Amino acid sequence: MEEKVVEIKGLKKSFGDLNVLQGVDLDLHKGENLVVLGKSGSGKSVLIKIMVGLLKQDQGSMLVLGKEVSQLKTKELNQLRLKIGFSFQNSALYDSMTVRENMEFPLVRNVKGLSKKEITYKIEELLEAVGLPQSINQMPSELSGGQKKRIGVARTLILNPEIMLYDEPTAGLDPITCMDINSLIHEIRERYNTSSIVITHDLTCAKETGDRQAVLLDGQFKAIGTFDEVFAHAEDQRVKLFYDYNFINI
Amino acid sequence: MSVEEDDKKPFLSKKFDKFFTGLANAWSFVSRFFKEVLLPPYEFKEIIHQCYRIGVESLPLISLTGFIVGLVFTNQSRPSLTEFGAASWLPSLISIAVVRAMGPLVTALIAAGKVGSSIGAEIGSMKVTEQIDAMEVSATNPFKFLVVSRVLATTFMIPLLVMYTDFVALMGSFLSVNANEMVSMSTFFVQVFESITFLDIFSSVLKSILFGFTIGIVGCYKGYNSSKGTEGVGQAANSAVVISMFLIFIEELLALQIVNAIRAL
Repeated sequence: MEEKVVEIKGLKKSFGDLNVLQGVDLDLHKGENLVVLGKSGSGKSVLIKIMVGLLKQDQGSMLVLGKEVSQLKTKELNQLRLKIGFSFQNSALYDSMTVRENMEFPLVRNVKGLSKKEITYKIEELLEAVGLPQSINQMPSELSGGQKKRIGVARTLILNPEIMLYDEPTAGLDPITCMDINSLIHEIRERYNTSSIVITHDLTCAKETGDRQAVLLDGQFKAIGTFDEVFAHAEDQRVKLFYDYNFINI
Repeated sequence: MSVEEDDKKPFLSKKFDKFFTGLANAWSFVSRFFKEVLLPPYEFKEIIHQCYRIGVESLPLISLTGFIVGLVFTNQSRPSLTEFGAASWLPSLISIAVVRAMGPLVTALIAAGKVGSSIGAEIGSMKVTEQIDAMEVSATNPFKFLVVSRVLATTFMIPLLVMYTDFVALMGSFLSVNANEMVSMSTFFVQVFESITFLDIFSSVLKSILFGFTIGIVGCYKGYNSSKGTEGVGQAANSAVVISMFLIFIEELLALQIVNAIRAL
């Protein structure tokens, strides 16, 4: 787990007068599941959006697979994006397309020379992997929240990414579906050899999916380490509060 | 400039800033369209799909409106022409009015309402639900897929719809003329084609292309730049219609001046 696939150094990002990220340092190692925790609006999603070039940092460096994202030209950025799977908080399925068309969309535009049979095989294989083979011809509006998340993940996996970014994978889901999603995150790592960053404020999800936890508060990481390292001996009162609220105050 | 500094600016200054920033953004959006439209890959499938949605799905509404326009305009014009003993000029009057102005204008206004709002709302909703971001992170150019295809489709389809509206309006007019003046179809259409010139048809087609482009680009621009969640989607749809209609009238006015100047040569 030594090779670094993401290296973030001194990253700063502001929106107007609001300083969201104030000098963030973080590494993601190959094959690792890293969880970024923090309260709503703390800049967790901003961090991974900078990673895929949807936003640009004001200062600092964001190296992904050895490339400085902010320096890349459009073509190079798209090449890098092919290696990163981004699972959105609200799944972001194209609602005018069926599940099959949703999954075909990135595939046919980025992988040339595939026959219809090969495309169908790939789609069916991934739908099988996320446990929804029967949904292939359904519209997103016919799916539940958990199913949408799974299809969203399957769509990102279709390009065989090396890094998976999950933005609030369990937000708005019932506890049983949350457990399913947490298992899916593990399965994906095992099956597709991905390294992942999971953005969440759900400590159960964090505990179950993360090898390491990083707590983002006031624009900086206040604690980074294994779950026990971060929460068992938390020095920062707010990190402690985060744990207490999730596990005690239920 | 910080938010605080911006808050201290006088009301008018803020409005001017907003207006010119909007204008600059719109200009860069239009420039991007002309850049992207020439570069491969081309989304032919999506362009055809959009042509179908914009063209074929608008036919019932356009047919009904065109027919009523032709019929009503003929019935409204008859008393005045009869007073001067010029009722036989009805086909000429209607053909000139329909081909030169009413056909393009009515079609464009209906399309601005139906197509423009739908484009604004659809792209706006894709924007606020992160579907556009999802396309971008999957290394696909959302601008090409969503904007270029829709703008090309409106630019191609509106002229065709205008020609169809002209035909339907003339048929509506013919029914009225036939019922009241007992004029046969061949006589009616001979008079129609004698009255209109190549310049009328040419300017009508050029205007329609411009109207189509305007409806597409305004709808896409408003949708692509929408924010504030579902409220923003509603605003995008609404302003797409209002701005398109406003621009269509301005373009009609300019086209009229140019065509009249050409006619005077």
